Amino acid sequence: MSGAGRIWGLHLGLIAVLFALQFLLPAYHHGNLARIMVLASYAVGYNILFGYTGLLSLGHALFFAAGMYGMGLGIQHGGLSPAPALVLGIGAGAVVSLALGLLALRTSGVAFMIVTLMFAQAGYLTILYFGEYTRGDEGFVIQSAQRVLWGIDLSEPSNRYFAALVLFAACLLLSLWLIRRPFGRTLIAIRENEERVRMLGYDTQAHKLGAMVISGTISAAAGAFYGLLFGYAGASFGAVPHSILPLLYVLLGGAGTILGPFMGALFMFYLIDLSSGVTTAHMLIAGVALVLLTLFAPQGIMGELRRRAFGWLP
Amino acid sequence: MSDKSNSKMKSQVSSTTRRGALKTLALGAGAASLPMWARYAQASTSEPIKIGFQVHRTGIGAAYGRWYGRTTEAAVKLINEGGGINGRMVEIVAEDDGTDPKRGAEVVEKFANQHGCDVGFGTLFSHVVIGSSPRAGELKLPYFVVSEGHHVASGMLNRYTLQPGITDVKSQVQAMAPFVAENLGKKVTMIFPDFAFGHDHRDFFTAAIEAQGGEVLEHIAIPPAETSFTKYFPKIPRETEVLYHVMVGPAVLTFVKELGEFFGPSRPEIFGFIDSLEAVDIASPGLEYLEGTYFWEGNPRNAQEDQSAHDKFYREAVGVDARGASVNDPSDVSTYAHMFGCWETMHVIKAGMEAANYQGIGDRAALIEAVEAMGEMPESQAHPQGAKLFNGKTHQVFGHQYISKVEDGALKVVHKTSIEDGMYPDEVDYTTQGF
Repeated sequence: MSGAGRIWGLHLGLIAVLFALQFLLPAYHHGNLARIMVLASYAVGYNILFGYTGLLSLGHALFFAAGMYGMGLGIQHGGLSPAPALVLGIGAGAVVSLALGLLALRTSGVAFMIVTLMFAQAGYLTILYFGEYTRGDEGFVIQSAQRVLWGIDLSEPSNRYFAALVLFAACLLLSLWLIRRPFGRTLIAIRENEERVRMLGYDTQAHKLGAMVISGTISAAAGAFYGLLFGYAGASFGAVPHSILPLLYVLLGGAGTILGPFMGALFMFYLIDLSSGVTTAHMLIAGVALVLLTLFAPQGIMGELRRRAFGWLP
Repeated sequence: MSDKSNSKMKSQVSSTTRRGALKTLALGAGAASLPMWARYAQASTSEPIKIGFQVHRTGIGAAYGRWYGRTTEAAVKLINEGGGINGRMVEIVAEDDGTDPKRGAEVVEKFANQHGCDVGFGTLFSHVVIGSSPRAGELKLPYFVVSEGHHVASGMLNRYTLQPGITDVKSQVQAMAPFVAENLGKKVTMIFPDFAFGHDHRDFFTAAIEAQGGEVLEHIAIPPAETSFTKYFPKIPRETEVLYHVMVGPAVLTFVKELGEFFGPSRPEIFGFIDSLEAVDIASPGLEYLEGTYFWEGNPRNAQEDQSAHDKFYREAVGVDARGASVNDPSDVSTYAHMFGCWETMHVIKAGMEAANYQGIGDRAALIEAVEAMGEMPESQAHPQGAKLFNGKTHQVFGHQYISKVEDGALKVVHKTSIEDGMYPDEVDYTTQGF
């Protein structure tokens, strides 16, 4: 099999497996996997900026919340049906990430982390400030009747699973395609040595801005789908811990690998789910797992697999 | 032994230990997870009734969660000692939701699909309830919340979500207005946190005091995460007769201290909600300025002179002394104004299951219909806080409220509202929704 065939085969194979699991999993894990696929899509967006471009953002909850509230407020106050509401949410994420990119990309390194963190916090406080519309910290319910997309009831488990799969497959394949294009290769080059890329005549600023917008828009799509599939929009999705979440997923799964975000989200979700049944210190267990992984597999699960055995993994 | 072989051995020892540790960890995690992967099997009637307890063990609600847990355990112990429900023992399946709506929804899924719980129960914080309720409705899991939020009666949620054990904030606030207007003053300034809980107070109390012929002179919204309040106090108009405060979070101690520094001895009447001082000793250093001020209490923390036999029984069963603290640790003050809701809700579940002759998850709809039909709940061991009236259409209970004055570092009840004081027109009829 050619290199490209092997790569596309692996990723399409994962999507096929996820499709098949829909019919095999018990109800609880079926529901969990739908949630994990949406969270993994969020991490796929994050990975484009952090894993491939080397920009560590601490403010991605802003994009997730932009998508969630763009969609949710469109339905709640604009009376939109789910399809245009989803477009509105994704569009809101694109606009917010463009605006933040234009401002935050004037900085780099630690300053970039702080600026993104501060803007995300400002976004969170904005949600609280406009509590009359957003219901502030309490959030609001998107009723089942408002979640019928083209006649498909998204509150029904198999429809929800399929919608999550469509989102995840689109994000995964988009990121795979992007990284194999010259644009994606330039992002990787920027991550490795930005000075050299600039010296070679590339407009690194424009590439980083492009990565920011793509990353933010994918994260917003995940936010919009999350609200629509699980029927709730709330300010906690715009808070700082929700910005850390995709970073953890990507670090665990393998930064700069296409499958890393999914593996990280899957691993982290079940780690917390299983450990919370045993102890209240479940975040401590998550922390210990992260330390162990950093010690023994610093490149994350997929990164380590690539280093040890499968050098062809994108 | 040569240096080379020594170093080889060291390397082997080291790698074996590392791998061994990892293997042990992996095996341990796998073993621990085994029961969770088992598919749910239909419970037979000899099996216990499983109540999924969504508990705030970590996060901002942890202090409440601790006492909600103790109250729930005490209620279940009593029910099981009395023969359980329909001859079956009650088993609590507790899961921490981290006081987070995302995790809350996941926990509800776990109750319904993993543990095979008969009902979900016990959630306090409004955002967790609102984030979890859609999933409870979709999974057809009766979801009994103990939240005091207006979200149930407002019609935002669904037929599977009920609040039969504690009154909602709209009812509480509305019931305060007659006492405030008649005894403290009609010109009110409100200080409240600038998020949904504070906005509920702002909207409901403003309307209620105007209905009593009073007015709110100024609404002072405090941004979240504010740590000093001095700059807000000059906004309080001079003609203010009553200062109404509902501050939540750890900043309340600073708030009280700075309020004392601002007003000194010539203060207006002060009326507040105990929510901010739940699990806090009212006689704590720094809270002296609250002496002589008034508080809403859902249930009087200090045992009163005319304490009912039911409150005495309930207090002892949960392990709370006459001051409202744990009998084992006087510094561990309870969330007495709210936690009775868990006790009473658990008894409502029992009464509902008995009325519906509940046998298993196929009878969930019958359980909800039985609770909807309850109506009057007389004061009793099951309802030690007082008599209640359940509105089956709005899925919200109505009850008495208490107003207490701080005297010598204790809360003394000066007024008990009628149930009617807290009633308002229906905003929803959940019974029109199908199952």
